[in-house]
Amino acid sequence: MTTSTTTLPGATTTAAPPLTQLDALESEAIHVMREVAGEFERPVLLFSGGKDSIVMLHLARKAFWPAPVPFPVMHVDTGHNFPEVIAYRDATVAEHGLRLVVASVQDAIDDGRVVETPGGSRNPLQTVPLLDAITEHRFDAVFGGGRRDEEKARAKERMFSLRDEFGQWDPRRQRPELWDLYNGRHKPGEHVRVFPLSNWTELDVWRYIERERIPLPEIYYAHERDVFARDGMWLTAGGWGGPRPGEVVERRTVRYRTVGDMSCTGAVDSTAATVAEVIAEVAASRLTERGATRADDRASEAAMEDRKREGYF
Amino acid sequence: MGTQTTTDLPAAAGAADHAQRDLLRLATAGSVDDGKSTLIGRLLYDTKSVLADQLSAVERATRARGGDGTAVDLALLTDGLRAEREQGITIDVAYRYFSTARRAFVLADTPGHVQYTRNMVTGASTAELAIVLVDARKGVLEQTRRHAALTALLGVPHVVLAVNKMDLVGFDEPTFTAIAREFADYAHVLGLPDVHAVPLSALDGDNVVVRSDRTPWYDGPTLLELLEQVPVGRDAAAEALRLPVQYVIRPRTPEHPDYRGYAGKVASGVVRVGDELRVLPSGRTSRVVGIDTFDGPLAEAAAPLSVTVRLADDLDVARGDVLVPAAEDVATGQDLVGTVCWLTERRSVPGARVLVRTGTRTVRALLREVDARLDVDTLTVEQWDPVDTVRTIDATDTSSDAAPRSLGLNAIGRVRVRLAEPVVLDDYATHRRTGGFLLVDPSDGSTLAAGMVGPTLLDRLAPVRADERDDDWLAGAGI
Repeated sequence: MTTSTTTLPGATTTAAPPLTQLDALESEAIHVMREVAGEFERPVLLFSGGKDSIVMLHLARKAFWPAPVPFPVMHVDTGHNFPEVIAYRDATVAEHGLRLVVASVQDAIDDGRVVETPGGSRNPLQTVPLLDAITEHRFDAVFGGGRRDEEKARAKERMFSLRDEFGQWDPRRQRPELWDLYNGRHKPGEHVRVFPLSNWTELDVWRYIERERIPLPEIYYAHERDVFARDGMWLTAGGWGGPRPGEVVERRTVRYRTVGDMSCTGAVDSTAATVAEVIAEVAASRLTERGATRADDRASEAAMEDRKREGYF
Repeated sequence: MGTQTTTDLPAAAGAADHAQRDLLRLATAGSVDDGKSTLIGRLLYDTKSVLADQLSAVERATRARGGDGTAVDLALLTDGLRAEREQGITIDVAYRYFSTARRAFVLADTPGHVQYTRNMVTGASTAELAIVLVDARKGVLEQTRRHAALTALLGVPHVVLAVNKMDLVGFDEPTFTAIAREFADYAHVLGLPDVHAVPLSALDGDNVVVRSDRTPWYDGPTLLELLEQVPVGRDAAAEALRLPVQYVIRPRTPEHPDYRGYAGKVASGVVRVGDELRVLPSGRTSRVVGIDTFDGPLAEAAAPLSVTVRLADDLDVARGDVLVPAAEDVATGQDLVGTVCWLTERRSVPGARVLVRTGTRTVRALLREVDARLDVDTLTVEQWDPVDTVRTIDATDTSSDAAPRSLGLNAIGRVRVRLAEPVVLDDYATHRRTGGFLLVDPSDGSTLAAGMVGPTLLDRLAPVRADERDDDWLAGAGI
């Protein structure tokens, strides 16, 4: 029994080799960024100093070269960031002549716009200053580094994700996305979150970082650090609220798989000191990056979806 | 799983192979009971694309639903949203990722629920391969024919018929052969160019990733082998160039005071330095003097690469224009005839003012009329004599003899649209990347319909005049 039941001549020939996967993903992301620059008045790129937003900035520089990146970057600063990451952020902004907008969680707490949670994590508190900054600066398109492989709610998200005036995501109101035609039309007060890395996986991001030789904050690579154990993760000791009594600080060789707030981002034991070693480690890992190192996603089965509905990424 | 060899499972993609790995976009089609979720779960699981924390979550969910804990319900891997888990419904398309050493895959997981047409059309629009599932006990059903028709309508080049649940028919060869033959005959009618059939059991994993010894009569590839072998990309050299201009790059910096480049993704074909190009719709011509990228200049760029092109002459080129070969006679115009899939619950209104988005261009337009409709159950086409809808039909007048011919959610029909400005009108049948368009509601920006320019499957199927039919879909009883 042969399986080829009908094949018309010429239907499947390929002359030039197709783009490699990374080239195809890069071309798609650049296309999405140019669509946004062409269709929106005031885009902004969220830049946390994490690897996904660093890759996004790299892609933005490629998309508009030799012109400078035609939109500012925005950092939602929880006040509990890793100093290495803030240093990286500021150096990068200076090097590429970018305009940086900082939305500060600490300011929002001081103003009484948000209230510190008893658990100490400031990650969910980012939503209010983010939305306030979007309103204040009248941003109508907000680039995020979200990937659909990260989380099952994100697997449902479109490249162009319409948000209402409260920043809310409604999975039932999503626009179908067909071909390369991204519909970014929105009413005043609404904005669109844009995810050019939707189709990338964690390994794709790392392989792209390796191929493009993109520098990252050093906390992504193995280093010695004072940490303590909480909820099965190594957290960095510091003024943000750890360790608590009974939690013991020890010096370990660790690295970070994701970079977020110190209060919710855990390190993993690792000796991977180079990009190649990190790739080997990630490829062999049996845990997703968020399953391994993000406390907030463990809160409930739909934690990410619920936060996204409230305006989080 | 006891019947399979487990020693030759493909390893996760190694770094060494990765640089050469390409990308296949595929879509699935199947109704709920065909085992589609289980098949996707099996593909993810057997390609080691499911990590330990995801698997333990599925194990917990399996137990919570009354499973005995010995077998994981792989279908639960693809249930994303709270409402889906709580209500057992599926909302729209989800995208899944898996990979082997040879290839990476982006899978559009299109639910086979009530909204099947809209979701399948969405998933199939970018797919180079569609997996159509059938239950071996039931064979080719109307649903199967519908999935095949939508695949053909959207121009998906490769189709795999996954004859699932072979374990429930005792892995009977004649059963498989009969289903494969019937589907092949039907695919031929639809003009599907490349069809393969695989006997498999998604539940047990037979012939999905691992070859089964329960089908000794089958010497073809496993499903994953097929997915790895199907050629991706097109013969770019044989296609006509289309480069929709996305963005004009003008740095006005000291290093680049006079730079003017036209950025865009090559939609089809190849652009080369020295090519004579025409700018549409204005019609002016110029020559390519440079193809720029951040990583250096190129002599040529093939689809789907994103590049920036410089022209010899200082023409007025803007977002929305399309660069095409100067020597080619490319259709442009203000009257668009195409097949649409209606994507929203609001019915189409004859005479409605809409926006048409094609390529990077958005123009104001008038939806003149719907003159044919595909009945996706019977795959017949209802057709009406042309009338000037705008003049003769008052959509609000329900007593009118001429019934307003409108389309509701999931309906597929042929529309005539008058555009405020000329655009490139490439036939979707030959220009899959540039022949697609959207109808957008100018009041709230929502996407009303997705369409394909020019003759499609709709024009090839035998038309039936509306007055010869006895049905009441216009009364709201449609799909």
